[in-house]
Amino acid sequence: MKGIHQPTATNSAPTAANGAANAPRGHRITLAHGGGGQLTDELITRSILPRFGNDVLNDLLDAAMLEVPAGRLAMTLDGYVVQPLFFPGGDIGRLAISGTVNDLAVAGATPMGIALGMIVAEGFEQRQLEAILDSAAATAAHAGVRVVTGDTKVVGRDQADGIYLTTAGIGMASNRRYHPDQVRPGDAVLISGTIADHGLAVMLARQMPQVRSALKSDVAPLNHLIESITAALPDAVAFMRDPTRGGLAGAGADLATRTGWHVTLDEAAIPLRPETHHAAEMLGIDPLDVANEGKVMLVVRDGTADRVLKLLREHPLGRDAARIGRVDGERDGLCDIRTRLGGRRIIQKPYGEQLPRIC
Amino acid sequence: MKRITPQQAIASLHAAAARLSRPAKFMEVCGTHTVNAFRSGLHALLPENVELVSGPGCPVCVTAQGEIDQMIELAGRREVTLCTYGDMLHVRGRDGSLADARADGADVAIVYSALDAVQRAADQPDRQVVFAAVGFETTAPATAVAVREAAQRELANFSVLTSHKCILPALRALLDSGEVRVDGFVLPGHVAVITGYDLFTPIVADYRLPCVVTGFEGEQIVAALARLTEIVADESVALENLYPQAVSGAGNQVALGIIDEIFEPADTCWRGLGDLPASGLRVRAQFAAFDARRRLGLPPAENHEPPGCRCGDVITARITPADCPLFATACTPVHAIGPCMVSSEGTCQAWFKFRRTPALVNRKNHLPICEVLSGAAE
Repeated sequence: MKGIHQPTATNSAPTAANGAANAPRGHRITLAHGGGGQLTDELITRSILPRFGNDVLNDLLDAAMLEVPAGRLAMTLDGYVVQPLFFPGGDIGRLAISGTVNDLAVAGATPMGIALGMIVAEGFEQRQLEAILDSAAATAAHAGVRVVTGDTKVVGRDQADGIYLTTAGIGMASNRRYHPDQVRPGDAVLISGTIADHGLAVMLARQMPQVRSALKSDVAPLNHLIESITAALPDAVAFMRDPTRGGLAGAGADLATRTGWHVTLDEAAIPLRPETHHAAEMLGIDPLDVANEGKVMLVVRDGTADRVLKLLREHPLGRDAARIGRVDGERDGLCDIRTRLGGRRIIQKPYGEQLPRIC
Repeated sequence: MKRITPQQAIASLHAAAARLSRPAKFMEVCGTHTVNAFRSGLHALLPENVELVSGPGCPVCVTAQGEIDQMIELAGRREVTLCTYGDMLHVRGRDGSLADARADGADVAIVYSALDAVQRAADQPDRQVVFAAVGFETTAPATAVAVREAAQRELANFSVLTSHKCILPALRALLDSGEVRVDGFVLPGHVAVITGYDLFTPIVADYRLPCVVTGFEGEQIVAALARLTEIVADESVALENLYPQAVSGAGNQVALGIIDEIFEPADTCWRGLGDLPASGLRVRAQFAAFDARRRLGLPPAENHEPPGCRCGDVITARITPADCPLFATACTPVHAIGPCMVSSEGTCQAWFKFRRTPALVNRKNHLPICEVLSGAAE
């Protein structure tokens, strides 16, 4: 916040004189950038189009036009308010694209277009904004998804904390149904890799910036990983979920509640990095409750579990994939976990705010 | 220390339990032990004749209601920024919680270290920054360091509202009350790192009860229970340390030194135990400028309990959470009434979250899980 309180530097290039005493701060976003006038046009033509340009976006119509084959559409929306904006392993731009791509992908949809909304606080450094846009563009390119429309608003410097992003996504739904009602007793529960990396990396970066840790957010678009499974083994997957807020505990408890079946997890099988384990211990947090931004929990038919695991592990984002549990025949709608000690306990959704603003 | 496997620890516990002539009940007095015992599923693995109960070990839970009211009162003042550890946020006082005060516009900040609060005071010279300092000997050194740092930086806008407690007077009061029968203590590793395990010699000498210091993994707690059970089965008594990698007899002299430099023992009120002589820590007169009670002028704490709440009886192991009529009905983690349900280290929250194995949940005297989970049982 401190860096923003320099009222005169708003929109002029730093001079050599003030640059010597006070490092040049560069251009800043002003209210006029969001005013719909010439500065807005400048922002679009200089900062947005060079990064995201495509034949749909370049039209700059009030609404993007997409060619759609016959079938069902999937649509999703998410807001991003994470602090800090840049954290080990990612930033708000990568998060905003990945989150929306993943919401479509776990629903079995192929992402077709993303709408990107930005609310920026007056005085936000243009250089930071461009770094965020670079990251969002690189992530979208990696996922093979186009940003087809967008919006920018600028609010007073005290009315927002730096920048907030909103992404909406539209995708072609598959003709298969990935839904809790497809889950059957005997199904296996898989996770595509280590848990709790994102939430703990962000918490550490914000709460204990002095602590050095190898911990990195797992934020990544999962559509290619998921498509590699659903394309090769179309009958294997019953249901998928990206365990973001609420973590694996939330996803597991929800799976049990929504299906009505008992779900048993195996603590020893759940992949967890040592550095994540240490950070969780230090902050007094259960890794099961912590958000992931680059993991998918899959419920697959028992006989296919090994083949799905093999495919997951062949993909760079699924190297640590593991079989972590199963769906049982009891109709109690509970999720429990077999602990390392050999005991059992019920898994519930975390209560209330864990720590705000991790996504 | 040689690392024992969970299976070895459980096997030795069961072997010792087979030699007991009567059931044994042990008490842990540390929030982390409470949580990890439940989280590891330990209770279900205990022999039938060995029980582990929780004592006054959760810092939030033992804080008297009047002191919580004082925090909320201070937070409501226009010029005050109240810094606190996260668990305190949702504990209810007479008029709502700190979270409610924050929603009403109070400046309440969650910090992970007392020094963060000092820095906040330095960054915001026009605000009175108050650190609400709770906890046992574990957190007291950090508060003391913060006061010393603020004194060295001559900060005129930093103070601490202390509710620090000392564990030994609480154990003595509990045993002296005669209301709670235990056969030994699993001693808190965190506290003992600071105080040293010699502190607990009086429990062995005066009350003839075995004590074992241990770490926080499920198997370490089981190992402590196994040793306690062996000692009881041998009709012996001893003070043992199963956590030598962190805990010594004499403790951390640097940390004890700074506690002594900044604080002096004071009579303190505990939830569930009442006023206990020399059981807490007060800022010494020399540092009075950093004592929020003296600097900002606070009315004396008035103690009262939320109606129907039996947290005081829970933290002294007079009852279990299930014996409280509010447990899992009106009082749930999402809509908590007492601090033991608010705190992630509280016995009630641990029971609510972990104790109900599928078998327990399906017992007739328990509420249907769906009602409990949705909080609809209120």
